Amino acid sequence: MNFPLMPDQASNFARPYDALFFALTALTILFTVIVGALVLYFAVKYRKGNRVDRSGAVESHLGLEITWTVIPLILGLVMFWWAAKLYVDTRQPPQDAMEIFVIGKQWMWHAQHANGVRENNELHVPVGVPVRLTMISQDVIHSFFVPQFRIKQDVLPGRYTQQWFIATKPGKYNLFCAEYCGTQHSEMGGYIYALPPQEFQKWLASGGDKKRPNQPTMADLGKQLYDRLACGNCHGSQDSPRGPSLYGLYGARRRMTDGSIVEATASYIREAIKNPYAKINEGYQNTMPEYRELTEEDLLNLIAYIRTLGTSKAPGPVLGNAMPAQIDGGNR
Amino acid sequence: MSTVAPVFQGESPQSPPSYLKAGHTIKSWLLTGDHKRIAILYLIAVSVFFFFGSIAASMIRVELVSPRGVMLENDTYNKVFTAHGIIMIFFFLIPAIPAVLGNFLLPIMIGARDLAFPRLNLLSWYLYVAGGLCALLAMAFGGVDTGWTFYTPYSSMYSNTNVTLTIVGAFIAGFSSIATGINFIVTVHKMRAPGMTWFRLPLMVWGSYATSVIIVLGTPVVAITLLLVVMERVFHIGVFSPELGGDPVLFQHLFWFYSHPAVYIMILPAMGVINEVITCFTRKRIFGYHFIAFSSLAIAGLGFLVWGHHMFVSSQSMYQGMVFSLLSYLVAVPSAIKTFNWTATIYKGSVRFQTPFLYVLGFIGLFVVGGLTGLFLAAMSTDVHLTDTYFVVAHFHYVMVGGTIMGFLAGLHFWWPKFFGKMYPDNWGKLSALIIFIGFNLTFLPQFVLGYLGMPRRYHYYYFAPEFQFWHIASTAGASILAVGFLIPAVYLLWSLKYGPDAGPNPWGAKGLEWTIPSPPPTTNFVEIPVVREEPYAYDAEADEREERVPAETKR
Repeated sequence: MNFPLMPDQASNFARPYDALFFALTALTILFTVIVGALVLYFAVKYRKGNRVDRSGAVESHLGLEITWTVIPLILGLVMFWWAAKLYVDTRQPPQDAMEIFVIGKQWMWHAQHANGVRENNELHVPVGVPVRLTMISQDVIHSFFVPQFRIKQDVLPGRYTQQWFIATKPGKYNLFCAEYCGTQHSEMGGYIYALPPQEFQKWLASGGDKKRPNQPTMADLGKQLYDRLACGNCHGSQDSPRGPSLYGLYGARRRMTDGSIVEATASYIREAIKNPYAKINEGYQNTMPEYRELTEEDLLNLIAYIRTLGTSKAPGPVLGNAMPAQIDGGNR
Repeated sequence: MSTVAPVFQGESPQSPPSYLKAGHTIKSWLLTGDHKRIAILYLIAVSVFFFFGSIAASMIRVELVSPRGVMLENDTYNKVFTAHGIIMIFFFLIPAIPAVLGNFLLPIMIGARDLAFPRLNLLSWYLYVAGGLCALLAMAFGGVDTGWTFYTPYSSMYSNTNVTLTIVGAFIAGFSSIATGINFIVTVHKMRAPGMTWFRLPLMVWGSYATSVIIVLGTPVVAITLLLVVMERVFHIGVFSPELGGDPVLFQHLFWFYSHPAVYIMILPAMGVINEVITCFTRKRIFGYHFIAFSSLAIAGLGFLVWGHHMFVSSQSMYQGMVFSLLSYLVAVPSAIKTFNWTATIYKGSVRFQTPFLYVLGFIGLFVVGGLTGLFLAAMSTDVHLTDTYFVVAHFHYVMVGGTIMGFLAGLHFWWPKFFGKMYPDNWGKLSALIIFIGFNLTFLPQFVLGYLGMPRRYHYYYFAPEFQFWHIASTAGASILAVGFLIPAVYLLWSLKYGPDAGPNPWGAKGLEWTIPSPPPTTNFVEIPVVREEPYAYDAEADEREERVPAETKR
């Protein structure tokens, strides 16, 4: 039996993470030793009957109080800042990150690559390439946790969450569900396979573990669904009286009937399909039926297709220059 | 004792009978309004719940010895850890110190004959028992598997176990806390004896006061939140479930708004106990009285503003997280202040290594480790990896379990002679304190390593990562030692009730109003309401040492 002390460092976050972790560990040990040693030293030295000088004990000392208020405060603020900076990095994926979609459900992980390759309880990723996961749960809250990457992100029902990382070392790593999700929570796990980039490309092109190359891509599947559900009847290439066009929708900022401005993110588009009455585009009626029967996979495919219809420019000021100033001001 | 300012009321032929002898029928106990009897009722009840909670804990530790479990099914395991959490938190840790030690001592410490509302006090015990029975019934007939946190939408839409009955139990028990909190606040404001100014209050009273404020402000929020879970579960009123148009993360905000301060509900009274015990066994005035008193209030206040540090990976916004992280670091400061003040209190004291003092040392040890490891979880990025792992399990056991149990046992051993008028064997006491301290560390130190390695909490199996096994076995071994440590006091304390030597009014030579009246005290506590002329903790280590050194013969 072995007794490991730390998990492998296998992502870009691992090293800076461990540096902070060890700094905090050192601080913990230092203070524990200082307090422990002082308490025991005083207790033994001043034990009853021991002839030592007990004169001049005071019952308060402002200087001391300030010292042991300010030193922990400063150390605390330094640690806070160090940790906050690192955290900001983990929440800001690079623009060019490769996207993979993850669905959590009781009790398995399902992953979809953009080219249509799917896997269950396994996730293959290339080493050295930023990977962005867009994740959603089909039922309760799960949490995507890879200890060797030092990453964890809750996976929620009804809303997409994101996590990014760069694997730095080829290998097989643990994937755990870290948020309690029912009976088989502890078995909702699997493995992350980090492959060298060429090997990963070969794996992806050959259709994954199941060796099914040339699958329809996610966008292809989304297009099929778009046609089958006849979305185009209302949402064609041009805005129609029944509904706005989906061309150029993704990432655009739209004005809703209640005056709010909403960015057309994946979460927004998903909600607009599942529960269209939640937010209505200005100038339209709520005539769209609710597509509640669509699965999370369907929804991801539809969104992938909608993205191929063009994305707006990089997010700028609300509705760009076309926005009259007084409407903008009304929202503040 | 050189100067005794309060009127000393030792045993005399005409002194009224003790509260234990003021009636022997069951009715005289179950319908009592005496805060001391209610405290004893609470002591019995929390001990029963602690016993059940410990059984669940043992089952968990046995199960985790092997990566594929030992004897339980997944569902059973989930119900067992849920039972452990709910029983220990709602029915042991939260009431243990306030409702037992606080109930007994708070009125006496401020020179009052009882709490402000004796009947409300009795009602709160019945509410507590009723809530506890609901929870136990729910566990006995099918169990509940949500974890003590009741996260939605699992609890409201997916779990098909006895969630509703358990929540009703926690809800009822919440009102018991609120009633006790109100009672304490009113009592401290209105019933202090003449001369007992705010800054002559024993620090345990300050701790109980701060705790009561948290209870009164926080508990209603969790009560309503749990009720909303029941509404969604039973009537499908959408609040938390996205399927019904709700937001599952909203639950976490509401839940932690109470449940983070709940940690302070557990630890502040324990800190209060430590002040009383450490001064007595070092024969020193407390160092920095005002800093300790106000740090309790600071913890109570700031404690309400840090709940978001439970939610750094929940999808909460990054900027929101930063504010919570910063405030969490601020709340560490008053805790540090207390620790350093206790250290300074020992300096130049006259230290007596008796059972209660050993528990104080244990408290400081566990609290320092628990508090400092909290910094890992208040730091946003380290929290990402550690949250929902055994690191968190270890951390909160150190702080709220280690802290509270050490404080509770310190207080129980300190005031046991006052409660029952009997002494327990000090050597057994010291031995068990040592065993508990060692067992506790052996149980939970390995869990820090497990958490860092990535072992998620609430995991029944870990066959995906069998390398965790060594640390699990170490932890279980520690838990066995801990169990022995808890059994010993149960035996000798019960033994002392019948066979222990009489304690007399003040066996420790302690200051404080409770030591000026007989042990056990009469029903009305004081024959005459005392007038307080002395600062708290008027100990003098130097004078005490001088007195000790005078040979016994010349003393006579």
